Amino acid sequence: MVNKEYNVLKWKIIAAILSFSLIPLIVVGWFIYSQFSTSYQAKINDNILSMAESRRNSLELFFEERVSQLTTLAHSHRFPSLKNEDFLLGIFNTMQARSKSYIDLGIVDQNGDHIAYVGPHKDLRGLNYKNEEWFAATMSSGLYISDVYMGFRSVPHMIIAVMVRETDMTWILRATINLDIIERVVRSAQTGKYGDAFIINRHNILQTNPRFVGSILEKPTCPCPDFSKTINTRVEETKCGNENYIFASAAVNTTNWVLVVMESPQEQLSALFRARERAEVLLILGVLIIFGGTYMVARSFMGKLVRMAKEKALSDEMCFQSNKMAALGKMAAGLAHEVNNPLAVIGEKAGWVKDLLKKEGMPEGPHIREIADSINKIEYHVDRARKVTHRLLGFARRMEPVMEQVDINKLVNDTVSFFSNDALFRNIKIITELDSNMPLVTTDSSQLQQVFLNIINNSVDAVDRDGWIRISTKVDRISNKVEIAFEDNGPGIEQENLSQIFDPFFTTKEPGKGTGLGLSISYQIIEYLGGKIDVESRRGEGAKFTVSLPLRVAQLDAIG
Amino acid sequence: MQGAKILVVDDEPDFQETVVKRLIDRGFEAAGADDGYSCMEILGKKDMDIVILDVKMPGMDGLEVLKKIKLKWPLVEVIMLTGHASVESGIQGMELGAFDYVMKPYKLEDLVHKLEHAYERKKIQQDKISKAKEGN
Repeated sequence: MVNKEYNVLKWKIIAAILSFSLIPLIVVGWFIYSQFSTSYQAKINDNILSMAESRRNSLELFFEERVSQLTTLAHSHRFPSLKNEDFLLGIFNTMQARSKSYIDLGIVDQNGDHIAYVGPHKDLRGLNYKNEEWFAATMSSGLYISDVYMGFRSVPHMIIAVMVRETDMTWILRATINLDIIERVVRSAQTGKYGDAFIINRHNILQTNPRFVGSILEKPTCPCPDFSKTINTRVEETKCGNENYIFASAAVNTTNWVLVVMESPQEQLSALFRARERAEVLLILGVLIIFGGTYMVARSFMGKLVRMAKEKALSDEMCFQSNKMAALGKMAAGLAHEVNNPLAVIGEKAGWVKDLLKKEGMPEGPHIREIADSINKIEYHVDRARKVTHRLLGFARRMEPVMEQVDINKLVNDTVSFFSNDALFRNIKIITELDSNMPLVTTDSSQLQQVFLNIINNSVDAVDRDGWIRISTKVDRISNKVEIAFEDNGPGIEQENLSQIFDPFFTTKEPGKGTGLGLSISYQIIEYLGGKIDVESRRGEGAKFTVSLPLRVAQLDAIG
Repeated sequence: MQGAKILVVDDEPDFQETVVKRLIDRGFEAAGADDGYSCMEILGKKDMDIVILDVKMPGMDGLEVLKKIKLKWPLVEVIMLTGHASVESGIQGMELGAFDYVMKPYKLEDLVHKLEHAYERKKIQQDKISKAKEGN
C-alpha cells in the first residue's frame, strides 16, 4: 500500500520533470521547424515562379524576334519577287543560317492559294487555305500567331502569318515555326524526377508534350489545374491522390499561351524533410535521455525517501518501544512494591504463627496439624508471590538503559520464564543448555533481554505447537566472545526471505500479527552492543539464530 | 550473637510488630519504631547495635534517617529494608554506609543471617575502637 503510494509519487515527479523539460523543447523545436519550413516553402515558390518567368521571357523574346523578322521580310520585299521560289529560298536560307527557327516559308495570295513554298513539305504547295481559321484571322488582323494545330499534314505545328496589303493586292507571308525550339525551351524547365513544364493555350489545351500530365493537343490530366485564365503569373499548390504538387504559371504575351511549370514539393522539400528527420531523431534521442535521466533521478530520490521513511519509522518504533518498556517498568515496579508490603506482613504473620506453634512444642491433634499445614502452604505461596514480584521488579529494573555486569545464563532463564505458560499450553518444550563457565558480560541487560524476547517469540510463533526450542550459551575464549543460540524445529525460513528478515517491516506473519520490526530492532541493538546476529535456516528444518557478543567491550556510554 | 540490640523501623505496624516479636523469639533484644522521628528518639535514649530501616516511609524517608544515624551514631549498623527492589535505593543506602539491604518479602532466616554478620562487624569495630582507646 505504502509502496504503491511511493510509486504514484515517483511517477508524478517524473511526469512533472518531463513536462517541464519536454514542453519547452518541443515548442522550441516546432517553432524553429515551422519558421524554417515556411521560409523554405516561400523560397521554393520563388524558385519555381522565377523559373516560369524566365522561360516565359525566353518564349516572349523568341516570338517577338520571329514576328519582327517576318514582318521586316514581308514589308521589305514585293509580292512578285517573293513568289519566285528561288528568291524565297535564298531569303529562307539566310534566315535559317543563324538559327533553325523555321520549318518552312510560304506565300499565300488573297484567295488563299499557296502560291510559293520553300521547305521540306513540297506537297503543301498549291493548297488552298481559304477556309482555314488562321487565314481569316490573318486577313482581318494583319498578324496571326497560331496555336499548335494538326493542319493538312496531320502533324502538330504552328505558324506565324503576316499580311501585306499592296495597292492592287493583298498577300500573306506564312512561316511554320520549329516546335522543337519551343519544346526545348519548355523542357529546360522540366527539372528533377517529377518536375514538368508545358504550355497550354487559352482553352487549356496542351501545346507542347509534357512529361507526365498528358500529351500534345489534349487537356492536361491530374493534377494540373486549369491555368488557361492566368493573366500574369500564378503559384498554386494542389493535390493529386496522395501527392502534393506545386505549380507556377506565366502568361506568354504576344501569344495566347500560358507556360506552366510543375514540381513535386516532396522532391524540392527533400532537404527540409531530411533536416526534419534528423531533427526528429535528435528529438527522440533527447527525449530518451531526458526520460532516462528523469527516471533515474526520480528513482534514486524516491529510494532515498523510502529509506529515510523506513529509518524514521524504525527509530520511531524503537523510541515507542523503549517508552513503552519504561512505562511498563514503572508500572511493574509500583505494583510490585505495593504488593510486596502486604506480602511481607503475611509472610511475617505466618512465620510468627509457625514460631508460636514450635514454642508450644507441637501439640498433637488433627486441627493443629491442619494449622501447621496451612501455615506451610501460606509460606510457600508467599514465597511464590515473592518470586513473581521480584521478577517483575527485575524486569522493571532492566528497563533502565545501563551497561552493567550481566549474567547471561540468568538472563536467558528469566526470559524463558516469561514464555513458560505459553510454551506449556502449546506443548512446546524449551530446552536450555547453559554453559556453567559463562562469565559476566558487560552489556545492557534490558536491551539484550528485549532481543531474547523477540527471538524466542518468533521461535514460539514458528513452532506453533508440539515442538521444541533449544537455547544454548557458550563462551569462546579464543575469539573472546559469548554465543547464545536459539534453535527451533519450526518450518524454517524460505531461502529468498533469509536476506530480508532483518529489514524493517519485513514479516511473514499474518497481517496485524507482526510489525516486522522485532528482528530489525534486535539487529540494531546487537550491533549497538558490539555483537552480531547470524541466522541459519532451511525450509522444513527449523531455524537457528545465533547472537554473539564480545566478552570485553570498551566502556560504552549508556544508551539514552 | 544473642543479645544484639535491634531497632525495627517500619511504618507498617503489623509488619514491624511481628518482626520484633519473631526477633525477640530468636534471642535478639528487639524494639520497634513507627517512623524516622521515633527511631531517632529511641536511639537517643537507648544504645542500639543494628537498625533495620524501611526505605519508604512517610515523613522522613529511610535514606534520610540513615544519613542522620550515621552522622550521630556511626557505629550503629543499618540494614535497609525495601519493598522496591530498585538497585538505586539499595546501592544508595550502601553508599551512605548501610551494611546491607533486604528486599521485602524475605525469608526471616536471610534477615537473621544478615543481622548476625552486621552484629559481628559491629563488635569488631567496637573492639578496634576500645583497643585504640586503651592504646591512648
